[in-house]
Amino acid sequence: MKSEPRIRAALPDGLTAEKLREMYAKMVLTRLCDDRAFALNRQGKIPFAATCQGHEAVQAGAAFALRAGTDWLVPYYRDTCMALCFGVTAREQLMCLFARKNDIFSSGRQFPNHYSVPDRHILSISSIIAAHVTHGVGMALAFKMRNEPAVVLISFGEGATSEGEWHEAMNFAAIHRVPCVFLCENNEYAISVPQRLQMAIQNVADRAAAYGMPGVICDGTDPVVTYSAVREAIERARRGDGPSLIEGKCYRAMSHTSDDNQLTYRTPEEIEAVKARDPIPKFEAWLQDRGFADEAFFAQTRKDAAKEVDEATDYAEAQAPPTEADLHTHVYKSGPLS
Amino acid sequence: MATKTVLEGVRDALYNEMVRDERVFIMGEDVGPRGNVFRITDGFLDKFGRQRVLDTPLAEASIVGVAIGAAMAGMRPVAEIQFADFIYPAFNQVVGEAAKIRYRSAGGNTCPLVIRTPYGGGVRGALSHSVSVEALFYHAPGLKIVVPSTPADAQGLLTSAIRDEDPVMVLEHKKTYRLVKGEVPDGDFTVPIGKAAVAREGKDLCVITYGLMRHLAVEAAEALAKDGIDAEVLDLRSIRPMDKEAILASATKTRRVLVLHEDQKFGGVGAEIAAIIAEDALFELDAPVKRLCGPDVPAMGYAKEYEEAFMPNVERITAAMRELAAA
Repeated sequence: MKSEPRIRAALPDGLTAEKLREMYAKMVLTRLCDDRAFALNRQGKIPFAATCQGHEAVQAGAAFALRAGTDWLVPYYRDTCMALCFGVTAREQLMCLFARKNDIFSSGRQFPNHYSVPDRHILSISSIIAAHVTHGVGMALAFKMRNEPAVVLISFGEGATSEGEWHEAMNFAAIHRVPCVFLCENNEYAISVPQRLQMAIQNVADRAAAYGMPGVICDGTDPVVTYSAVREAIERARRGDGPSLIEGKCYRAMSHTSDDNQLTYRTPEEIEAVKARDPIPKFEAWLQDRGFADEAFFAQTRKDAAKEVDEATDYAEAQAPPTEADLHTHVYKSGPLS
Repeated sequence: MATKTVLEGVRDALYNEMVRDERVFIMGEDVGPRGNVFRITDGFLDKFGRQRVLDTPLAEASIVGVAIGAAMAGMRPVAEIQFADFIYPAFNQVVGEAAKIRYRSAGGNTCPLVIRTPYGGGVRGALSHSVSVEALFYHAPGLKIVVPSTPADAQGLLTSAIRDEDPVMVLEHKKTYRLVKGEVPDGDFTVPIGKAAVAREGKDLCVITYGLMRHLAVEAAEALAKDGIDAEVLDLRSIRPMDKEAILASATKTRRVLVLHEDQKFGGVGAEIAAIIAEDALFELDAPVKRLCGPDVPAMGYAKEYEEAFMPNVERITAAMRELAAA
């Protein structure tokens, strides 16, 4: 890198300059996939899109803190960046947006961003809020029973923490000290309902105390800070010391989905104000200040990502949709019901 | 062959599968030192240890949810819901999650899970220890449901369920646990899921039923035999997949069908049986399909009188069969 670093500071364990640039590239690719999804929706080419804008940092930081090839993700439907960090490609992402037959997540059955990629350690989820949290705990229980070193990262929004099953999962995980980490991506809204109508406390992390596990708050618009917090929790879980709850404070930059309109519950001033918290320019400044990357790198990364998303779009658009016969596959191992 | 109770059949299936396959484990309320409230897993804790005989917090949604996660991660959990009445908090996990995992991931993830639960009335269980839940769950493709009624079927079907690659709900009528004894094959054996069994052959009419009612139907048929009415009893054994072939075979052979179950009538399993026959064998019948079921009231009451009025009994079954034979 050409530019002189203004700040010198030690990097957290396991992070290198190369990894930081990779992290940045995934955040940019995520943003462009997200923008493309909404553009395709407006063009009438895909029926639905769900955003993760504002979540890129918390997701990249968390995903990079995991041990690739060993640990598992049990994400929720806003975790595009996490999935891309775990090896999902732009092409695979666009295939699910277009609901193609060869969409590897669900063969065009599920809403976008409902990943199922066993070979890259991402577990299948539904859209039912918090229903996957107990699944992550069960998976971690299996790893514990088999003495495997894997840790499970289970993510969700702050709204999910109102669900009874979320509390059941926290309680079970803590009692049996299963190797998992609960990550709350607190974006302040559950569709239209703000946090103050979701809970009477300021911090989701405070809930951890009730279950006998650590609760940690981090700036979810900062991938490096998130990385450190998640990494510590992951290694704690791997040592057999039990689960933790991490709350990454972030925000949702857009409407909940393509079918929502945030102007019905947020003021234009508020919407404008959150733009200042955009994790991508923030991370660019961080990288530049420390000499890990420069403007030329950012420009090239954006260009490469744009090309990748364009190619992925063209590819996925040209692929075949499912057929009527595909409706009947994968009901049971033995086939459909007679 | 050994003589066992239904309860012993269940216990032996669990025990043998846990010995055979390290991935199999039990989780539920009071399964550990207490050995399950019916004493089914008595002694399991000492034999298999805490990890594989796991006492859970009192929270049914997570009993099923955690078991689903373990199943997706390659284990073979047997989740126990202490009484079928307690399964409602786990409804989404069963119907919304377990039943759809293979389908929603296009085969990428699977859910080889067993949910065992005692159901049914006749034991003074009142509103929340008497319910039949099969009609609430059999509408969900992706889920299998078996209802064994004999010791051999209890052992053989549970063994099949544990070895199955898809989620299976095993409904065990709690009144049969110690009441029903029978011969059970020695050694390793299974009973196939989706296959009905003719409990009694007959030519004049057939009773299509499952669970505890199978035994009452056979008793009623024996009583009617003395009067020259030769009734067949078909025990479905599996609610889903349902053995259509066996239903149609008995219906076309006897030309008169009584559908019998303890669960409430409206929208019950009997409605589907009647519809199968109406679609494929209507003109083979000599009389309309008749249903004898639990009444359409919200629940079975605690008082003996409520319970007796709710449950079909041998007298009512015999009367319904006589009526059908004369129709």
